[in-house]
Amino acid sequence: MNLVLFLEQTLNGLQLGVMLFLMAAGLTLVFGIMNLVNLAHGSLYMVGAYLATYFYQATGSFALGVLLGLSGTLVVGIVVELVALRTLYERDHLDQVLATFGLILFFNELIAILWGRSAIFATMPPELSGHVELIGGLRYPLYRLAIIVVGLAVACLLWYVVGRTRLGMLIRAGASNRTMVAALGVNIRLLYTVVFGFGAALAGLAGLMAGPIHVVQPGMGELVLIDVFVVIVIGGIGSIRGAFAAALIVGMVDTMGRAFLKPMLALVISPVAADTAGPALASMLIYLLMAAVLAVRPEGLFPSRGS
Amino acid sequence: MTEPLLETRGLRKTFGALRATDHVDFDVRAGETHAVIGPNGAGKTTFIKQLSGELRPDSGRVRFAGEDITTLSVPRRSHKGLARSFQITSIYRDFSALDNVALAVQAHAGHSFRFWRKAREDAALREPARAILDKVGLVARADVIAANLAHGEQRQLEIAMALATQPRLLLLDEPVAGMGTDESQRMIEFLAGLKGDKTIVLVEHDMDAVFSLADRISVLVYGRIIATGTPAEIRANAGVRAAYLGEDA
Amino acid sequence: MLVAIMLLLAAVPPIAALFAQPFYLDLLRRVMIFAIAAVSLNLILGYGGMVSFGHAAYLGIGAYAVGVLAYHGIDNGWLQWAVAIGASALVAAAIGSISVRTSGIYFIMITLAFTQMLYYLGISIEEYGGDDGMRLGVRSQFTGLIDLNDPTAFYYLVFAILVLFLYLTHRLVNSRFGLVLQAVRSNEARTRAIGFSPYPYRLAAFVISGAMCGLAGALLVNQTAYLTPEFMNWTRSGELMFMVILGGIATTAGPLLGAAALLLLEDVLQGSSLLPKWVNDHWQLYLGVILILVVLFARRGLAGLLPGRERND
Repeated sequence: MNLVLFLEQTLNGLQLGVMLFLMAAGLTLVFGIMNLVNLAHGSLYMVGAYLATYFYQATGSFALGVLLGLSGTLVVGIVVELVALRTLYERDHLDQVLATFGLILFFNELIAILWGRSAIFATMPPELSGHVELIGGLRYPLYRLAIIVVGLAVACLLWYVVGRTRLGMLIRAGASNRTMVAALGVNIRLLYTVVFGFGAALAGLAGLMAGPIHVVQPGMGELVLIDVFVVIVIGGIGSIRGAFAAALIVGMVDTMGRAFLKPMLALVISPVAADTAGPALASMLIYLLMAAVLAVRPEGLFPSRGS
Repeated sequence: MTEPLLETRGLRKTFGALRATDHVDFDVRAGETHAVIGPNGAGKTTFIKQLSGELRPDSGRVRFAGEDITTLSVPRRSHKGLARSFQITSIYRDFSALDNVALAVQAHAGHSFRFWRKAREDAALREPARAILDKVGLVARADVIAANLAHGEQRQLEIAMALATQPRLLLLDEPVAGMGTDESQRMIEFLAGLKGDKTIVLVEHDMDAVFSLADRISVLVYGRIIATGTPAEIRANAGVRAAYLGEDA
Repeated sequence: MLVAIMLLLAAVPPIAALFAQPFYLDLLRRVMIFAIAAVSLNLILGYGGMVSFGHAAYLGIGAYAVGVLAYHGIDNGWLQWAVAIGASALVAAAIGSISVRTSGIYFIMITLAFTQMLYYLGISIEEYGGDDGMRLGVRSQFTGLIDLNDPTAFYYLVFAILVLFLYLTHRLVNSRFGLVLQAVRSNEARTRAIGFSPYPYRLAAFVISGAMCGLAGALLVNQTAYLTPEFMNWTRSGELMFMVILGGIATTAGPLLGAAALLLLEDVLQGSSLLPKWVNDHWQLYLGVILILVVLFARRGLAGLLPGRERND
């Protein structure tokens, strides 16, 4: 029984981890390459969730919903880059924070105008609902398993693109030395737009997959966003590898903390005290982890910039 | 012979495969003006950063006034008496010239956890700062915001800030870089006036400045010092001519 | 200029009483409390160049210090406010000791993340209302001195603290300490080269700023008579930053002007019957657009539009 529970929570942690990774991968590149603080990344997550839900309901086909949701988020991301963010690259971080904070207010309210302020119901496709029997008699939701598979597949794809292609070479060079990439005669504006669109699509993918298992409502992106920041800080800004490692660590620590911290504390202190302290501590765990990592490695686990 | 004021032994710093500083032994005698020259990419900047403390060497030692300072931070070295000017002018652009120098005075006037008295009305900071501005010939420009000073004046201001820390050794990184002929002539005259009074390490491209100021010259090529000597010796050195001066002349 | 604004604020209670409009007293008290918070943020954001995206944490800590003590029956105002300031300073020291070592994007994200941690902590403690927060049964008691239940007396207390803080920061930023702080913002490499080690100065400023904001939190909970984790919501931190920018960064009057402008703007967008209903209903959409436009086109803030020299550096 205990082992089954542990396995289940491990898979949950993995699932949270890959979702965080999908968000963090694009954002860490935007930070690293454009040196842009983009708070509105969470809005793209929300846009992905809404568009996919809308198109799934409108067309009746999950695949079409996913496809249109993804390309819709990509378009929204590129438009945002062209209209608002492009002018911010040369500004200082403070301006970037405030302008993208403005974007968040704008998007949350726009979504509320279009779909209302309360949560909408996102359904999972019939093919992916239900459970599968895994080892040790563990029955695990098929949909969550699918998220893990998609997440890991995207991670492999990213590993290939970033590690093995010319675009990837430019991205890596851009994250460690921006002036050098510009000196190579690369169209830096185009590179920025491509990277941003890419990151937007990944955030949209995370959002549309999250739809059926979380609430789809205005502001859903920001709660995830701050956890994604924790991932990026732990992983090291600009590092995809770091984002992947940190996302899995954070996903695992958070899930395990919420599942097991309370019963474990109850062994040491009184159950009543554990009832209070357990959830409180569990909700703080990833931030404490971040503090601990930073105390030892101020640049994160995989710093990408040279000195 | 007395111990040199500053010496490095076996100083080494690599970036990947590049040996930016390669087993450098370097001595500066108290009171001398010692120029470091070398072609672009010879590792002059990396070398001076290890003297000032901005970079840690991979191996080797830096001694200053009889003390090993290899692991000391930039501010600590400043308090030991090492001051530096930067290749690219580094001043407080939004402060007045006097504020700039007064801050340097303040840095060496005890701790600055003083929260109440107005620092700009503090004679203990302003008067020494004004005296130094007078010495570098900027006193008439004391209240001008530093960003509005001419380029040459900004370079002078930077040296004034270095002097305000009452250093035993001045590290000057290309003090006449980017100056017109007149400006650089004035700067050379000013530095000539400091000579003897202060020990100076001068990193410079301008050969007029080097040969009119230096008591000794060290030539840095590909991270190694290939020669050290008086200006006359360096002029006569065949290896130096081949590696460096020959290309220049 | 600043003196004129302060005189105007001082004259509000009798005028509001004259026209029987207590609402404005309440609104302006709220403005001044946020101005105190913005003044404290301006110290590190404006003069110190530290983009702290977590300043709402100290509003929350100050508010919870008062609320929790009151919940346990301790309503002595001196004690409550001292704990509010002390606890904020301690938390600022802890957060600062890690975040002040970093700069740029790291600093922004770390301050944001730690504030979010405190927000979740507030939500998870059921004893103090969790998600819903709790009522402050009794306002802070200063027996024999001042009664915070009297709107006018409370107003003048907030006013006095605001004046005091404006003066304190004015002295602080022009002191030796303040000049070092500004020097680090202006040119860190130069500051190190002349012999300053920036870390202790920046950390001290971070702690002072947190402590000041803690007092603003104590005032805020007395103002609302209610406290919730929402005080520490990250959007609150964003609003505080926006106040500083909107008013004019690194100016004395800026935070006050910015707090007034933002809160009045929010109030007008939300509630003004002069505006069509579709603006009132979706005011955040328009606030977002205004925010973006201000950042892109009005960088110097309101203080930059005013006559007279307000800049301190």
